[in-house]
Amino acid sequence: MSLFEMKNIKKSFDGKEVLKDISFSVEKGQVLAIIGPSGSGKSTILRIATGLETKDAGDILFDGTFGLVFQDFNLFPHHSVMKNITNAPVKVQKRDKKEVNNVAKDLLKKMGLEDKENNYPSQLSGGEKQRVSIARALAMNPDMLFFDEPTSALDPEITGEVLKVIQDLAKEHMTMVIVTHEMNFAKNVADHIIFMDDGYIVEEGTPEEVFGSDNQRMKEFLGKFQD
Amino acid sequence: MYLFSTMISELSFGLITSIEIFLLTILFSMPLGLAVALGRMSKIRPIQWIMKAYISIMRGTPLMLQLIVIFFAPYYVFGIGLSSDYRMIAVILAFSINYAAYFAEIYRGGFESIPKGQTEAAQVLGYSKFQTFYMIRLPQMFKIVLPSITNELITLVKDTSLSFVIAIPEMFTVAKQIAAADSSIMALLVAGVFYYIFNIIVAWFMEYVEKRMDYY
Repeated sequence: MSLFEMKNIKKSFDGKEVLKDISFSVEKGQVLAIIGPSGSGKSTILRIATGLETKDAGDILFDGTFGLVFQDFNLFPHHSVMKNITNAPVKVQKRDKKEVNNVAKDLLKKMGLEDKENNYPSQLSGGEKQRVSIARALAMNPDMLFFDEPTSALDPEITGEVLKVIQDLAKEHMTMVIVTHEMNFAKNVADHIIFMDDGYIVEEGTPEEVFGSDNQRMKEFLGKFQD
Repeated sequence: MYLFSTMISELSFGLITSIEIFLLTILFSMPLGLAVALGRMSKIRPIQWIMKAYISIMRGTPLMLQLIVIFFAPYYVFGIGLSSDYRMIAVILAFSINYAAYFAEIYRGGFESIPKGQTEAAQVLGYSKFQTFYMIRLPQMFKIVLPSITNELITLVKDTSLSFVIAIPEMFTVAKQIAAADSSIMALLVAGVFYYIFNIIVAWFMEYVEKRMDYY
């Protein structure tokens, strides 16, 4: 039984079709990576899955809770690191403040940010901000996590610290859907990969299958990453 | 001849009235401006239009004219006699609805400059629209608009002097009377110094508030 399923999703912006009949499913504990050229519709899939965009057609089968990690973090600048993480669990989920505080502290420790709880986002590096935003999503105890190009806004030398956190989550069998440009990361961390081009899923399967594919567009796309 | 000390004490009484107008206008116009801004940004078209028209009229006609119209309207329109209490009510009313229009546009600019990702992050975290508004957007908006608010408040200090047109005994009215009685410009100069000190205090206070908000 899959945890999350998209069936025949279509979406147009101003008459331009960006998603043309997208179907896929995610099993519990699975890590799915979505790769493909810019403008292929990858991010739109996540925005529809998380309710930030409406779909024109198709169905989404999912009755769990989710978190979303944005490319540009979207931390709340006026809240401390701690409050960024605890505010929604306390105010939205109405959970006990003490319990949430402990959860947040554990998460920050796991992210290597235990000394940053009283800092404000503006005082953090990009990699630290992204780890806080992952902690913020995790504090809600979601059934699955979506990542929208989580390292694209980061300097190349600090993408590693964020990818490591995601890798650790994969080891703990967190269900994740990751839109990414990091091919090696996708290859190493994902159980399943979807290659998108021009609004379609062109290729999908295990990393071995997708990266060994004979599909012309897939090869062209991968070629750009191998120079 | 006016004694200098008498002049200072009379101007000081006037100043108290000026401060009263200033504070009461802030008290009413800032929240009213927020309501107008929200109406102006409303998805319901008629509300948007009404607020747009309101802002347009308030900003497009002289405050002095608005003061006079609001003060005399009850008499000319409804034939109601003008009590002396109403003088002050009319001033506060006129200033509040006028400044609310300016604040509304300042707030709107502030709200619109908050990145869209803030609302999206809040939505994904399950914040209700109301929670997103008062926990995320409102506090961020206030920080963004503080410098513009300072500008408005400094203008307001000087605009309180317009109340002379309906003979409110605020500082400028008093200064004009003394100057006329005394055939001297001295009272006006002293009033000018008082206004200037008043504004230095306002600017200093706002600078302090801005510093306090500078934690992020």
